[in-house]
Amino acid sequence: MKARGLRAYVWVYLIFLYAPIVLLPLFAFNSGSVIAFPLADFTTKWFVELSRISALHAAVRTSLFIAVVSAVLATTLGVFAAMASTRARFPGQRGIMGFIMLPLVLPEIIVAVALLVVILRLGLGTGTWAVIAGHVLICTPFTIAILRAAFASLDASLEEAAQDLGESRLATFRLVTLPLVIPGIISALLISFTISMDEFIIAFFLTGTEPTLPVYLWSMLRFPQQLPAVMALGTILVVLSVLLITVAEYFRRRGIARAGGQDSGGFL
Amino acid sequence: MSDFKPIIALSGVQKHYGAYHALRGIDLTIGAGEFFSLLGPSGCGKTTLLRTIAGFEDVSAGCVSIAGVDMEGVPANRRPTNMVFQSYAIFPHLSVAQNVGFGLRRSKMPRADKARAVDEALAMVGLAGYGARSATALSGGQRQRVALARALILKPKVLLLDEPLSALDKKMREQMQSELRRLQRQVGITFILVTHDQEEALIMSDRIAVMFEGEIAQLATPQMLYRRPLSRRVGAFIGMMNFLPADVRAVDGDTITVEIAGLGRCMIDAEQAPAGAGIGTASVGIRPEMLAIAFGPVGANERSINGMVAEVNYYGDMTFYDIAIPGMSAPIAVSMKNMPGRPVLDRGDAASVIWDPRALVLFMD
Repeated sequence: MKARGLRAYVWVYLIFLYAPIVLLPLFAFNSGSVIAFPLADFTTKWFVELSRISALHAAVRTSLFIAVVSAVLATTLGVFAAMASTRARFPGQRGIMGFIMLPLVLPEIIVAVALLVVILRLGLGTGTWAVIAGHVLICTPFTIAILRAAFASLDASLEEAAQDLGESRLATFRLVTLPLVIPGIISALLISFTISMDEFIIAFFLTGTEPTLPVYLWSMLRFPQQLPAVMALGTILVVLSVLLITVAEYFRRRGIARAGGQDSGGFL
Repeated sequence: MSDFKPIIALSGVQKHYGAYHALRGIDLTIGAGEFFSLLGPSGCGKTTLLRTIAGFEDVSAGCVSIAGVDMEGVPANRRPTNMVFQSYAIFPHLSVAQNVGFGLRRSKMPRADKARAVDEALAMVGLAGYGARSATALSGGQRQRVALARALILKPKVLLLDEPLSALDKKMREQMQSELRRLQRQVGITFILVTHDQEEALIMSDRIAVMFEGEIAQLATPQMLYRRPLSRRVGAFIGMMNFLPADVRAVDGDTITVEIAGLGRCMIDAEQAPAGAGIGTASVGIRPEMLAIAFGPVGANERSINGMVAEVNYYGDMTFYDIAIPGMSAPIAVSMKNMPGRPVLDRGDAASVIWDPRALVLFMD
C-alpha cells in the first residue's frame, strides 16, 4: 500500500515537472495559430517562420556572444578559486569561499537591481558588457563547485611528483594538472554557457538596445500570432539545453574517473 | 661504511606550522651510498623532514645541504633528489613508459636513447615489457615498481622513499623489502626511507634515526639500536622490552652494581648503560627473547627465578609467555622458540625463568 502511494507521488511529481515542457513541442508542430486543444494538423511552418525573423537572429547572436564570453570568464575565475580552495591554505579561507559561493543562493532580481544601480551610477551604461558582468557573477559559483570537485579528486602528490621529476610549476600545470582536470573545465564551460543562454532577469535589466534571446522571446509574447513560433523556438532551446548539460555531465564524470576519484555530487 | 662521504648535511633544521613545531632542531649527516631510515610513530616529523630534503617544505630555521650545496631557495625541481611517494603518484593519464620517462622529457638525449633508458629502468624493477600498458591497470606492487623506475631513471644523488611499502600486503611488503635493498646496492644511490615499521627499518637500513616529537631520539646502526637503546622509549618502540624497577648501588669503573626488583643484585658492564649511569633509581630493560624458560635442570652458572605462567600466546614458530614472578609488580614477557622436546606450557604452570645480566640495559630515571 505504502509503496503504491509513493509510486503515485513520483508520477504526479514528474508530470508536474515535465508536462509544461512537453506542451512546447506539441504546439510547435501544431498548425493551428491559437495555443489550444484540440490539436490541428502537423506542421513545421513555425520553424520556417522562425528563420525569417531577422531581429530574432540578432538576439541569438547577442546571446551566443554573451554566453561564450561569460562561460570563458567564469570558468577562468573558477579555476583560480578552485585551486586556491584545494591547494593553498590561508587565513579566512572558508569564509572567503563561502562569500564567493553566495551568489548561488542570492535572488537574481537583487543581483540585477544592484548591478543596474552600480552601472548607472558609474555612468557605464547598460549593454552587452553589463550583461556579461552579471552572468559571470552568477555562473562563477557553479564553475567553482564543479572545478573544486575536479581539483579535490586530484591527488596533490601527482603535482609534487612532476616537480620532483624536474618540471617547473607552470609545466606541471600544463603536463599533469590540466590534462587531469580538463573534463571538469569543459563541464564548467558548458554549464555556464547554458546558464547564460537561459538567463532572463539580469539580461532584462541590463540589456541595452540589443536584447538577448530570452529577453527577445519575452517581447514576442505580446503578439499572440507569434506564440506558435515562440513554442518552436522554445522546443529548440530545450533540446539544446538538455544536450549541452548531458555533454557537460559526461565530461565531469569522466574527469573524476580519470583522476581516480570517487564521484561525490555534481548537478545531474 | 668505512669510507664515509657525507651527501646530505642537516644542521639545526626546524619547521614550524604556526605554534606547532614539527621539527625541533635536527642535526644529521647522511653518507653517500647509505641506506638510511627515518623511523618513528606517526606525527613524529619524519615525513616533514623528508619533504624538507626534497624541497616541498621550506625550513623555518637551519640549513639543508646536499652534495655540499646549500639548498636554501632551491625548488624541488632543481634538487638532485627524487622521491617515491606514499601514494606512488603514478600519472593516471599516461602509459607506464610515459610515466617512467617523464623526468627525461627535458633532457636533450635522442629519442631512441630515452626509449632505451625507459626499457632499462623497467627491466631493473622487473617490469620489462610493461611500457605500453595504461598506468591505471597496474596492481599496487606494480605501481610501486613504476614509481621506483621513474625516480631512479634520473640517477638522483639521493632517493627519498616516503613509506613506500605501507600500502602493500604482508607478503608483497617482505618481497619488496629485500628487492629494495638489492636495488640500492646495485645502483649505489643513497636511499632515505621513511617508515613507522621498526622491523622494516631494521631489515633494510645501514643506519636508523629514531624520531619522537620532531627530534632525533637516537641515531645508530640497527644492531646498536636494538641492543643498546638510549632511552626506555626507544627500547619500547623498537621491538618488545620488559622494564623492571632497579637501584644503582655502585658505579665502579666499568662495572655497575644494580639491585633489580624481583631478580636481586647483579653486576653489569658500563656499556650496558648507553646513556650513562649514576647512583640512584633506574630501570633495567630486557628483551623477551633474551630470557628463557627452563625445561630441565638449571645449570650451575645460570641465574634463574621461579614464577608462574600468567598468559600464553602461541604463534606457531614461537610461544610468548607472561610469567608472574613474586616481588614483581607486572608479569615479565618471555619468548621461546618452539622446538622438539619443548612443550608449550599452560596458564598456571610453574615456570623457572633463566636470565643473564649481560642482556640487561640500564636506564637512569
